[in-house]
Amino acid sequence: MSAAPILAAFRQSLGEAWAGGAGALLPLGFLGGASVLVPLGIGSDGETLKAVGPGIIWVALALASLVTLERIFQSDAEDGTLDLWLQAGAPVSAIAAAKTLAHWLSAGLPLALFSPLLALMFQAEASPALLVNAGLYALGSLAFFFWGGVGAALSATVRRGGLLISLIALPLYVPTAIFGALAMSGGPGSAGAPLFLAASTLFACAVAPYAMAAALRLAAD
Amino acid sequence: MIRGERVLFREVSVAVRAGDALLLRGANGAGKTTLLRILAGLTRPEAGRVTREAAHHWVGHREGLKPQETPREHLKLWAQAWGSGAETDSVLTRMGLARPADVAGRYLSAGQRRRTALARLLLEDRPVWLLDEPYTALDADGRNLVDDLIAAHRAKGGAVVAAIHGEAGFAASGDLTL
Repeated sequence: MSAAPILAAFRQSLGEAWAGGAGALLPLGFLGGASVLVPLGIGSDGETLKAVGPGIIWVALALASLVTLERIFQSDAEDGTLDLWLQAGAPVSAIAAAKTLAHWLSAGLPLALFSPLLALMFQAEASPALLVNAGLYALGSLAFFFWGGVGAALSATVRRGGLLISLIALPLYVPTAIFGALAMSGGPGSAGAPLFLAASTLFACAVAPYAMAAALRLAAD
Repeated sequence: MIRGERVLFREVSVAVRAGDALLLRGANGAGKTTLLRILAGLTRPEAGRVTREAAHHWVGHREGLKPQETPREHLKLWAQAWGSGAETDSVLTRMGLARPADVAGRYLSAGQRRRTALARLLLEDRPVWLLDEPYTALDADGRNLVDDLIAAHRAKGGAVVAAIHGEAGFAASGDLTL
């Protein structure tokens, strides 16, 4: 076994993410739009915005993962690429993980990196804590993308599978959302929360690739 | 093999040896593609087993070409994935793809897409070729090209299993009607 098929899958997915959905621009635009709408919806009171800001960014990350992953395996199943990857001589779980990672790099990570800017839009005070939060967003969104990938693999042969992905993946997002929000709350228990967030992400990275591989084999059968 | 509630075929036995070319025949829906997918290991048979002693190439009826991918990028990608040092330029020329080599998949004709998929066969020497309707969408020149590729492959000791409708342009060593 060699790493060549895995690298090739990573490269192809990266190219696909940028060709199909303008890569990071789509989720960033999405989040920008949502950030403008939130004050209109809940009022422009600074304290309120400051309180909901971190949560809005978590929700945006979750939605970005669902939006960008919808086509990741579905297009492969439709155009026959999935058959080729299954026969590429590398573990299917590694191929699936590489594809998911490529999509996270093009949509999840940019959102996390831009989160300090967005936090400022939500009236957060400029402080190094915003950079720490960016790291937490990056960590948490990785779990979102891996669980979303499981949903995407399970619905690879389903037309309009986007809704199905949400139904499968959203319950799996719960631990990440809880610990992520707790880590930024500053309340009791927030000191240990980043470790639990990291644990939930590690769990997702360890388990999700095998679930994706099983789902993809089933999709091709 | 069972599809849904229907038994597609049973008691099928296939063996290919070096230099063989086996034709799979049968009406639409008889199970030619399913049998090829079983041989490739993509589909699990309800009962029975497949023994593979050599690596194979797969060209299914879906080409595996992305809409934004050009034939050149496609061949480079799979050469990289398979760790093959094949010269993609000469493969493109051989397959008559030199002109549309840098045209994205969505702008290619069905025949050009099929030629791109078939070009993967030349990226790496693999003893067994599994071909599902290799002539589909090809012009006369393309069909001759497929026949030439198969002849050269068999001359080197390769084997081919192909589902083909109508006349095959090469002498098969056997055929199986499903």
